[in-house]
Amino acid sequence: MKAICWEGINKVSTERVPDPTILNPRDAIVRVILSSVCGSDLHLLGGYIPAMRSGDIIGHEFMGEIVEVGPEVKNLKKGDRVVVCSVLACGGCEFCHREEYSLCDNSNAEPEWSEKAYGYPVAGIFGYSHALGGYAGSHAEYTRVPFAENTCFKVPDGVRNESALFTSDAFPTGYMAADFAGIEPGDTVVVWGCGGVGLMAMHSAWLLGAGRVIAIDQYPYRLEQARTRAKAEVLNFKEVDVLEALKEMTGGRGPDRCIDCVGMEANSTGIEKVYDYAKQYARLQNDRPAVLRQAIMACRKGGTLSIIGVYGGFIDKFPMGAAMNKGLTFRMGQQFGQRYIPKLLDIVARGEVDPAYLLTHKLSLDQGQEGYMMFKEKANNNMRSVFAPAG
Amino acid sequence: MANALKTLVPPNSNKSVRQRQAKDFTNVGTTGRVLSVLGGAALTYYGWSRKQSPLGKSLTTAGGYLVLRGASGFCLVNKALHLDTAPPKTEGFEVTSSVTILKPRQEVYQFWRQLENLPRFMQYLEDVKQTGPRRSHWVAKIPKNIIYKEKLSTIEWEAEIDREKENSLIAWRSLPNSEVENSGEVRFTDAPSNRGTVVQATISYQPPAGAAGKLAAKFLNPAFKELVKQDLRRFKRLLEAGEIPTIIGQPSGRKEENY
Repeated sequence: MKAICWEGINKVSTERVPDPTILNPRDAIVRVILSSVCGSDLHLLGGYIPAMRSGDIIGHEFMGEIVEVGPEVKNLKKGDRVVVCSVLACGGCEFCHREEYSLCDNSNAEPEWSEKAYGYPVAGIFGYSHALGGYAGSHAEYTRVPFAENTCFKVPDGVRNESALFTSDAFPTGYMAADFAGIEPGDTVVVWGCGGVGLMAMHSAWLLGAGRVIAIDQYPYRLEQARTRAKAEVLNFKEVDVLEALKEMTGGRGPDRCIDCVGMEANSTGIEKVYDYAKQYARLQNDRPAVLRQAIMACRKGGTLSIIGVYGGFIDKFPMGAAMNKGLTFRMGQQFGQRYIPKLLDIVARGEVDPAYLLTHKLSLDQGQEGYMMFKEKANNNMRSVFAPAG
Repeated sequence: MANALKTLVPPNSNKSVRQRQAKDFTNVGTTGRVLSVLGGAALTYYGWSRKQSPLGKSLTTAGGYLVLRGASGFCLVNKALHLDTAPPKTEGFEVTSSVTILKPRQEVYQFWRQLENLPRFMQYLEDVKQTGPRRSHWVAKIPKNIIYKEKLSTIEWEAEIDREKENSLIAWRSLPNSEVENSGEVRFTDAPSNRGTVVQATISYQPPAGAAGKLAAKFLNPAFKELVKQDLRRFKRLLEAGEIPTIIGQPSGRKEENY
């Protein structure tokens, strides 16, 4: 079959590889219908996530059709149309029982790396480096899905493939960000980053009772999506002083809930930008935490920071004094997809939110490099490149 | 906690006293010794070139001490502080490792007690057969040299369960004259507040006698420790997830190896 493989920094290539087979009793094989790029792939592409090996198949946000199931898979059958959660969870460990699925003890097939780096192993994720299990990703004609009964969700009739696709990752991740923010009715919620996850976090903030939603980015076309689709007030950090603007917009009080949908490769301006790039280049810090710093400063006293943008390692110049003395609450994590996906499929089926607008460019597997570069460079007003192996 | 400490003490404590006495006067670790020699030499050189000044004289003295400390492996300061950073000299392996499994204690115990199950999660174990109420026959395939992954050789031995307490303890040891002298003890206790079962395994293994055996032990100890940890994790995964997650056999764009 064809698959898009990571070859090196900013280089992917479409290769002929063997078809996947059932390796464990709870596996299923899914014929991929749609598979999306994700902002977190750019960290892999840029070489900021360690433990990538040349030849790894990437991609983790996808939907498709079941073509084969292992002997222990009972509630799925050949022909089922399913959306597949990007995060793998065994369903039997303490963390799965708490519905904290991305903390699953057992789903990472190569647990030694994250155990050494983070103290304990974290869950496996499709196509997201050997630190997170080394599982072959979804930019391929077929993908093996471990723990299929916990990972695949049947798409309700009447929900289009394009709409179901983003309940794999962008929507549940954005929803979890809003959930973790602890929104109370009438709260002002600020979302940094107007990519797929950020936009979904804005829709979710409204669903959870926000009184106001403010979106921050630097690309006018993305801010336009936030304004028109997600009904957010928008700020371009290249044009305004974000801290001043937020203070002014909230009557000097500051926003109640701040959501970081950017993560480790944040863009900033001025001396902070130079400083973070230099330290990251010299490998003195892994991550550029400009959004995190700004969110801590912007947040009202006693407010909440919800961090869903991905961080990988160490950060520098973290304003701990501001966080501590203002009594902020921090919540963060990779998505607990299995907790949210059934509910979000219902929301999509009822037409309350239709994430299909994120799909701006549908491409073939042969256009892997083109799709990623367009996404990375924000060319042609790209929100998401989505690969459709069968066209 | 008391239990945990107890199992850390080797079963034959006479031997550990002997080991302690046999250990020479070194009390500085290998890295410390190398750094001492290098740093000391640099200080001596720097101090000597300024030997007219009092600072130069004291630097030379300090440097000389560091060189001696590194070369001999003995440090007065460590001695005064009762510090000993030299690597312990062991003759065999003994590894203790714990894991928490979200299953009732009885189920976890029964799975282990059915010794035929052990090769399902112990990587180098080929086969275990219960030959009597307490006796069992074990077959392992181990690399002749773990470091270079040389060809596998099969070893077999008889073992006997010498202590057993239903749902809380299994201890076994190989019978005398086994090719590989080994023993194990596994304790099963309830984790707090219905959080499953804590499994604590202590596995000991005596390599063949002689200098070669000792050398092998020194090199293999870290690998052995990692192996026991991995096997316990595989045990947890088999019970909680019903299978051991793997990526071996999946496709990739690498031509030489396909996973």
